[in-house]
Amino acid sequence: MESGIFFSDYRSDMALRRMPLQKVRTGLLLVGLVVFPLLANPYWLNLANQIAIATIGAIGLNILVGYTGQISLGQGAFMAVGAYGSGLLTVRLDVPFYLSIPAAAVITAVAGLVVGLPSLRLKGLYLAVATLAAQQIVEFVVTHWDGLTGGTEALVVPAPELFGARMNTDGRFYWILVVVALAVALFAANLFRSRVGRAWVAIRDQDIAASAIGVNVFGYKLLAFATSSFLVGLSGALLAHYRSIVTWERFTIEVSISYLAMIIIGGLGTISGSFFGATLIVLLPAMINTLGRSLQDTAPWAATVLPYVQQGVFGLVIILFLVLEPEGLAKLWRNVKDYFRVWPFSY
Amino acid sequence: MNSDVFLQLTVSGLSNGMVYALVAVGFVVIFKASDVINFAQGEFLLFGAYLAFAFIGQFGFPWSVGVLATLLGAAMIGLIVERLVLRPLIGEPVISMIMVTIGLSSLLRAVVNGIWGARPKAFPNFIPSGEVEFLGAVVGIDRLLVIAIAAILLTILTLFFRHTRDGIAMRAIADDQQAALSMGISIKRVLAVAWAMAAITAAVAGIILANTVGVSHDIIFIGLRVFPVVILGGLDSVPGAIVGGGVIGLLESYTAGYTTSGLELVVPYIVLILVLMIRPYGLFGKEIIERV
Repeated sequence: MESGIFFSDYRSDMALRRMPLQKVRTGLLLVGLVVFPLLANPYWLNLANQIAIATIGAIGLNILVGYTGQISLGQGAFMAVGAYGSGLLTVRLDVPFYLSIPAAAVITAVAGLVVGLPSLRLKGLYLAVATLAAQQIVEFVVTHWDGLTGGTEALVVPAPELFGARMNTDGRFYWILVVVALAVALFAANLFRSRVGRAWVAIRDQDIAASAIGVNVFGYKLLAFATSSFLVGLSGALLAHYRSIVTWERFTIEVSISYLAMIIIGGLGTISGSFFGATLIVLLPAMINTLGRSLQDTAPWAATVLPYVQQGVFGLVIILFLVLEPEGLAKLWRNVKDYFRVWPFSY
Repeated sequence: MNSDVFLQLTVSGLSNGMVYALVAVGFVVIFKASDVINFAQGEFLLFGAYLAFAFIGQFGFPWSVGVLATLLGAAMIGLIVERLVLRPLIGEPVISMIMVTIGLSSLLRAVVNGIWGARPKAFPNFIPSGEVEFLGAVVGIDRLLVIAIAAILLTILTLFFRHTRDGIAMRAIADDQQAALSMGISIKRVLAVAWAMAAITAAVAGIILANTVGVSHDIIFIGLRVFPVVILGGLDSVPGAIVGGGVIGLLESYTAGYTTSGLELVVPYIVLILVLMIRPYGLFGKEIIERV
């Protein structure tokens, strides 16, 4: 029970995790993250790495869509900029991966600024369509600028090395990803307690009112685009070095859509939601795949319809969440927490 | 010789453009009635094409019956989608509306794939193909017919908005939902009609595409091509959709004809961005002025 907890100094009142239970949960999470790779097989490690990369990307998108209210269908394009940026820096200029990844994130932030420029005049649907166009144009440039990206050929990135050890195994890259993902989550969680984060939320809720109380709407929108694409580019760059191969098929409009699905299903404007959504969207096809394989003996036709089932379930999950629980998994998680916090005396 | 090529490109561009216009009109109808952008319009097209394939190709109906059955089936799907998916979301923010139609597109695609498989199908063409001399250049009959069919349909639709009860109700709702409600217009009914109409126009376009380019999954991409069309014409304007369709179709055709390296894939989107920067409401859209 949490009744009767009072803070006697500002420090503990303003802490990110204030309640004892929150601290326990955070501790459990950290321990779980450390213990996980010791117990998991490569298949699960691979999934965990995908989830970590997706979480970073989803937090980035959530900054733009969930917190600032600027709908973007250009996630795939930004990831492509990050992945190709980092990959090309490593391949062409021999920049080590720990420098090329942040450099690529900065490049993507600049690209985000450019794509964010139309937000001066556009909002809502129109901005969504503009980012859709940006997505298509970036896809076209990536597949047709043979001299830079190699066109439709895959770009092979040399294995990242740290202190002479190859890092792109599932087990080793896990640590890089976990550290980066935690740092990103911490950064984002603190960001929304700051002046910038509150300005973004004000713009999302009512841009005219935000402007009236002195928020520089256009400036903060651009900042949101830059910050968001920095993180998205980061996740794209990490993906490039994790997979050691960059192909344009990984960054199509489908990717933009699945990231939007992550933050919708997880919960718009929540950090934990980005993680939940990323987890669900990564695990869902994997689980259906496993299910299909286990059915292989009894129902051999299952394998042929598997991709369609994945696609259909993906669509169905989006629709069901929007119709039944528009605030997403984060809200469900909150409900569970609220239930147990006051249990068994709910009034 | 040069003018021949130009004329051929014009005819093929216009016929593509008219198909775009048909799809775009369905888009505009939904947007006018409910402010929803329908990302599943491409899948409606796909459904129309595959339904026609099922009725005419698989069940062996004569084409006139098959087309009617396809249109009926499409209308049913439009109504079901509106009732089950869109109606619970009336009044939700833009992002929810966008995402729900995206989810819908994924679901519809999976259903089509699951029923008919992913391989392209041979469609029993009933629009006569062949070539005729037209203004001194050799062009396909089917191209000319497509332009004619689309022109007739689009005229009917324009008349529908001008003169029928439902058409006027739709315009009233687009203008002001509350005022329309207080005049006794049933928004639910009008929304249902709008979705059925969108599915039907998409099905017509689907049948045309089945005849001209075949039944396959590439049809979906036409759904994305519609965005430049509707933005250029104005999201809430039926004549805009027609003009936009024509312009984008021609532009693509000329770019494909006179340049190399697939530039026509990206030119519509460049136009889209330019239009958004200069006239966000498009050529004929309702101008909404809001200053911050």
